Amino acid sequence: MYAQLVQTDGLKKPEEMSPEERAFQERIDRGEKIEPKEWMPEGYRKTLIRQIGQHAHSEIVGQLPEGNWITRAPTLERKAILLAKVQDEAGHGLYLYCAAETLGVSRDELMELLHRGKMKYSSIFNYPTLTWADMGAVGWLVDGAAIMNQVPLQRTSFGPYSRAMIRICKEESFHQRQGYAVMMKMCAGTPQQKAMAQDALNRLWYPSLMMFGPSDKDSVHSAQSMAWKIKMNTNDELRQKFVDQTVPQAEYLGLTIPDPELKWNEEKGGYDFSEPDWSEFFDVIAGNGPCNKDRLGARVKAWDDGAWFREGLVAHAEKAAARKAPLAAE
Amino acid sequence: MPSLPDMNTPDVAELAREAAAHSHHTEIPTPDVDQDAFLEFLLRLGDTTLILGHRVSEWCGHSPALEEDIALANVALDLIGQTQMWLGLAAEVEGKGRTADDLAYLRDAWDFRNLLLVERPNGDFGHTLMRQFLFDAWHFELLNALAASTDARVGEIAAKALKEVAYHLERSSDLVIRLGDGTEESNRRMREALEALWAYTGEMFTADEKDRAVAEAGIAPDPESLRAAWEATVRDVLEQATLAVPASTFAHKGGKRGVHTEHLGYILAEMQFLQRAYPGSSW
Repeated sequence: MYAQLVQTDGLKKPEEMSPEERAFQERIDRGEKIEPKEWMPEGYRKTLIRQIGQHAHSEIVGQLPEGNWITRAPTLERKAILLAKVQDEAGHGLYLYCAAETLGVSRDELMELLHRGKMKYSSIFNYPTLTWADMGAVGWLVDGAAIMNQVPLQRTSFGPYSRAMIRICKEESFHQRQGYAVMMKMCAGTPQQKAMAQDALNRLWYPSLMMFGPSDKDSVHSAQSMAWKIKMNTNDELRQKFVDQTVPQAEYLGLTIPDPELKWNEEKGGYDFSEPDWSEFFDVIAGNGPCNKDRLGARVKAWDDGAWFREGLVAHAEKAAARKAPLAAE
Repeated sequence: MPSLPDMNTPDVAELAREAAAHSHHTEIPTPDVDQDAFLEFLLRLGDTTLILGHRVSEWCGHSPALEEDIALANVALDLIGQTQMWLGLAAEVEGKGRTADDLAYLRDAWDFRNLLLVERPNGDFGHTLMRQFLFDAWHFELLNALAASTDARVGEIAAKALKEVAYHLERSSDLVIRLGDGTEESNRRMREALEALWAYTGEMFTADEKDRAVAEAGIAPDPESLRAAWEATVRDVLEQATLAVPASTFAHKGGKRGVHTEHLGYILAEMQFLQRAYPGSSW
């Protein structure tokens, strides 16, 4: 989910496959996990690196919009909860970079691609967090949308990715609950707090729907990823599931989803709802969201300002090894 | 109006003893210490962990490596957790119905009692690490002594915090050594940090009449008594880090009696914003 628009080549038909590729596809069809040292098509490896890398980047850029409120959290308990949550995001980034490393790409290489704008992170993190209610709405909606996609990915074909997802999902579901708990508190609070909660929902609703990526009819790259079980559901399936789950939660809070077209459709057993403004989505993806420059700028600054720190640690490790070496030679 | 029963029965003392024996709470304040001094001591400690926790949390998402983001969030979390305990006890001792949050979010700078060291701006990452190390080395010795406090509640909080702070000290010492003895640049940055922060270490060991009152009651150690062990740790680590111990003995003071640097006001303006802008709200 934190991976949008991951490109692959078109779907290969069985008769176009080499014997290895056919055997590989059969393993996936049988539900076997692919492990790092095993043979895999180059396209599978590349697609996974893009997807896992984009997911990892989303986790670390995703620290920023919530980190924005840690120093302004309204109580000591809320401060501690938010710190723990943002720390979890960094931890998720770490597992995912490790999973990507098993495919032969280093964390530093991936970071460099992010910093040069050659790799993306989820569009949602290019929106600002403007009030405390956003700490509730991000947990509720953004983590909620992420879970929709990540729960099925626990069954993804690549072993390390699937195992990272199992762990990440446990934490994400806790995050969503804490976000919803913040919303409940705001909605049961003063009229100003409730207005703040509604405002957060108004701003974050459509960007959350965009997290699932463009509509299936405009998403030409899914078929191969789905055959490889790298992508488990279509964008529209997940978006529908998310809306169906979220609407009653908003009703419980006494908040209004900012969509006049929203209506229960008995026949399909789900809600009809308005599409987000996809031109806005493509603007954000192209670097023109409200926070793109700030978010990437903050990550680049952290990396550049920290170069001396990382170099210092490496230099010390080399000195320590050199001091040990003469003893080892004796 | 019906007459009220006489509350001053001769049995009150007996009832209180019985209640205390069956209570799940540990004992109420040590009877023979000046409660103002006890409160002051708790505020000094709780405000110090609060402000340092705030400073450390400013790094969240901006540190030089993912592992550092995670580690610093951990340190900040520990410090905020300790603040909840110290300020919670302070509120209880104060006995005016305030909570730890009231103390953290609804006092102005002149009421804050934290050490000046912890309100110093983060500076570069080396500055932040050096501040943490100089603080951890003191914090560790202090908690070690507080674990044997005559006040059971203080002892319990200290014992819990000590486990966390032993790790903080191990980590900050290790990084100071690595960066001091790293590249020329990392050495220079750590040296500059040490020189800039050194004058803020002396305040940790200065005592006033309130420190002496809690020390006499056995609640806390005399601040001066922590100096030798702190110096031994600092000398050992700085030597391994190839950094010279600064010769100056000058010490900035004032935090413990509410006279702060200009930085604290900005920390509070940020930290207290929601509580001040939306008074009486529940979060």
